[in-house]
Order: sequence, then C-alpha cells, then structure tokens
Amino acid sequence: MYTQALNQADTGSKLVEDADKLARFEAKIDAEERIEPNDWMPEAYRRTLVRQISQHAHSEIVGMLPEGNWITRAPTLRRKAALIAKVQDEGGHGLYLYAAAETLGVSREELIDQLLSGRAKYSSIFNYPTLTWADIGCIGWLVDGAAIMNQIPLCRTSYGPYARAMIRICKEESFHQRQGYEIMLTLCRGSAEQKAMAQDALNRWWWPALMMFGPPDAASVHTEQSMRWKIKRFTNDALRQQFVDATVPQAHFLGLTIPDPDLRYDEASGHWRFGAIDWEEFRQVLAGNGPCNRERMEARRRAHEEGAWVREAALAHAAKRRARAAAKIAAE
Amino acid sequence: MTEPKMPLWEVFIRARSGLAHRHVGSVHAADAEMALQAARDTYTRRGEALSIWVVPSAAITASDPADKDSLFEPTASKPYRHPTFYDIPSEVGHM
Repeated sequence: MYTQALNQADTGSKLVEDADKLARFEAKIDAEERIEPNDWMPEAYRRTLVRQISQHAHSEIVGMLPEGNWITRAPTLRRKAALIAKVQDEGGHGLYLYAAAETLGVSREELIDQLLSGRAKYSSIFNYPTLTWADIGCIGWLVDGAAIMNQIPLCRTSYGPYARAMIRICKEESFHQRQGYEIMLTLCRGSAEQKAMAQDALNRWWWPALMMFGPPDAASVHTEQSMRWKIKRFTNDALRQQFVDATVPQAHFLGLTIPDPDLRYDEASGHWRFGAIDWEEFRQVLAGNGPCNRERMEARRRAHEEGAWVREAALAHAAKRRARAAAKIAAE
Repeated sequence: MTEPKMPLWEVFIRARSGLAHRHVGSVHAADAEMALQAARDTYTRRGEALSIWVVPSAAITASDPADKDSLFEPTASKPYRHPTFYDIPSEVGHM
C-alpha cells in the first residue's frame, strides 16, 4: 500500500556526485549489503527513501482513523479489545517508521508538517469510509493482507533502519489480518443479513484494495530505479497478482463473490486473472477527491492542534526541572 | 509552522533475565520519565521486555564509517587470535 510513493516523479535537483562513491555504493547494494544511516548514499536514494518511509508512516497514522471509527461500536468486548490493540499497533508502526525516516536527516516535526499541510501523501485506501462493522473485517482481511504482501519484501530492503522497522511491523501485522478474516467468517456463518453485510463490504473494498499496490508497472515512474537500488523487491503488478491469487480462494471459503465479472482461473499459468482496474478513481483519490480525504486531514489537523498544549507543557516541565537541578548544583 | 523539537532517545530492552539490553529503536520525549513511558508503549506491547533503558541520542558517540578500515580491518590479519589457528593432534582430545 505504502509503496505508492515510489510512483511519484523525483523532482529534486540533480547533483553532480562523486563517481567513486557511487560505484562503491552500488557495489554494496549488488552484494546485498545494507546501507546504514552514516554511509554515503546518492541524494536521489535518500530522497526516495524519505518520501517512501514518511508516506508509509503517514499511512499508518491516518489508517488509525477509519478503524477508530468502530471502537465504541464493536459488537463484543473481545472484538473491541482486539480492535483497540490493532489501532494502537498502527500508531506504533507509524512511530517506528518516523524514527527510520529521521535517520536520513529529516525531523519528525518536518514530516508531520508535510502531512498536515497536504504536501505529503498517504495510502489511497484510507480515504474510503467504514460504513458497517463488516468493513472492519474487510480492512483486516484485505487491506492488512495487501499491506503484508507489500511489506514482507520490504524486510529485505537495502536501507537498514527501514528493513528493521519492517521486520517488527510484519511480525505484528499477522494478527491484524487474522482478526479481520475471523470477523468475516463470523458474519458469513451468521444470518442472511450478516452475510449480505459481508458481501456489501467486499464489494466496496475489493477494487480499492487492488489499487493499494499502485499504478501498473508500465505507468510507474520509479519502479526501475527503486528495484535497482533494492528499495523495492517486486513490481506493483507482481505483488497485485500475488495478492489476488492468495485472496480469491479465501473469499470462496467465506462463500462470498468477488465483485469482478471478468475474474477467471487460468489453468495454464495457475493465476487468477482479474478485470480492468479503474485507474481514474485511483487518480482522483490520490488528488484529494476521494470520499473521505477532507475528513481524514481535518481529523489529523485537529488532533495535532488539540495536542499542542500537551507537547508545550511537557517541554516546559522538563526545562523547569533541568533549571532547578542546575540551580541546586550551583548552590552546593 | 514547525514546532520546537522534542528530544530524541535511544531505547534498549532486556528481553529475558540473563540477556544484555539490546537496541530496539528510538522515541521522542520531553524528559527521561516520559521517554521510558513512550518506550514502554511503543516497543513492549507483546511482552518483549523485562527492563528498559533510555539514553539521550545526543549522548552517544559513534565511530565514523569512513574509519571502518583503519579501526576494524587489522583484526582480519590476526588469525592467531582464534583457537582454530593452532594444530593439536586429535589424540589429545577436546581442548
């Protein structure tokens, strides 16, 4: 989901870089060595990583909103406890990722400022509303399922701090997908109305979930360079196909129908072939015209502004304690 | 508008008694007490720790990657520091 940032054109200035250093850097990448914060790296590599990691962090944070919407209305205490834990995990994942981005020389404050001012993007998927409880099931099953598919290869990404953050995140995401599928399973084994609710949620989430992998390879600006630098390990289309192949049988197990009349199993290749994706919808959502873009940004800005006094008070309190301690030492 | 920066802290956790504290990541916090609290919420949600250390990031002095060869390469030419360098007849048994 989060690699959508790799598809934006790199508009940074071209610097003349030391050919020797570049050659050594590329040799390291080719030898599957990890790049660490203090190592020399090309400016474009640094910019691409800052953009991708921060977009990934923003996605985790904004992603807390659609699910947070259902915490007070979860149908049982068990579901509620799981949903709170999941939303808390997303917050934690955002923090691991901001910390990884900061190792590249950008501050968390700057990154958050980029999100709140609308200069930074986050995953398109979080601009869709969560209308029923079944949407919480679909988010866990499909959205987290797609995220995991995208993120597992990122555990081997060439930048060390990003790879380490992804390892932690992947370990924690597995429960997210399973709790989502369990919600779907419960609904599908319930009343006719509950099953209809599950089908309705699948109908609305299926295509946006496929869009999470980003534009088709032919239209993806950055794939080639990012693959060469081993930031990205598989192309958008390869991951999307892997996701469809894994998910279609899971939908059949639930007794649900994938909302794609062109979906068919290709015996020869062993893949599920799917219909055309509406890329105009994807472009509109990324451009800020999705169903919930404004609401999401307003919620983030409000949370940031309403929490400002806490940050100020904590810093003032720490400064006062430091001053007192210094005065005490001076008096002795 | 960019806000004043919250200090950065490096977080180390001991997973089990008998193991050393190990670096797991970092947090931002105004003071040490809040850094501990944030580290607990961020890095120990699944029983990963028995103990946490937080250290101001600015207090860490790190070696320069450019000095890597002069600092660490010399050990590569000293195989006699390893037990396998020495030939002992197998009749002598485990040593």
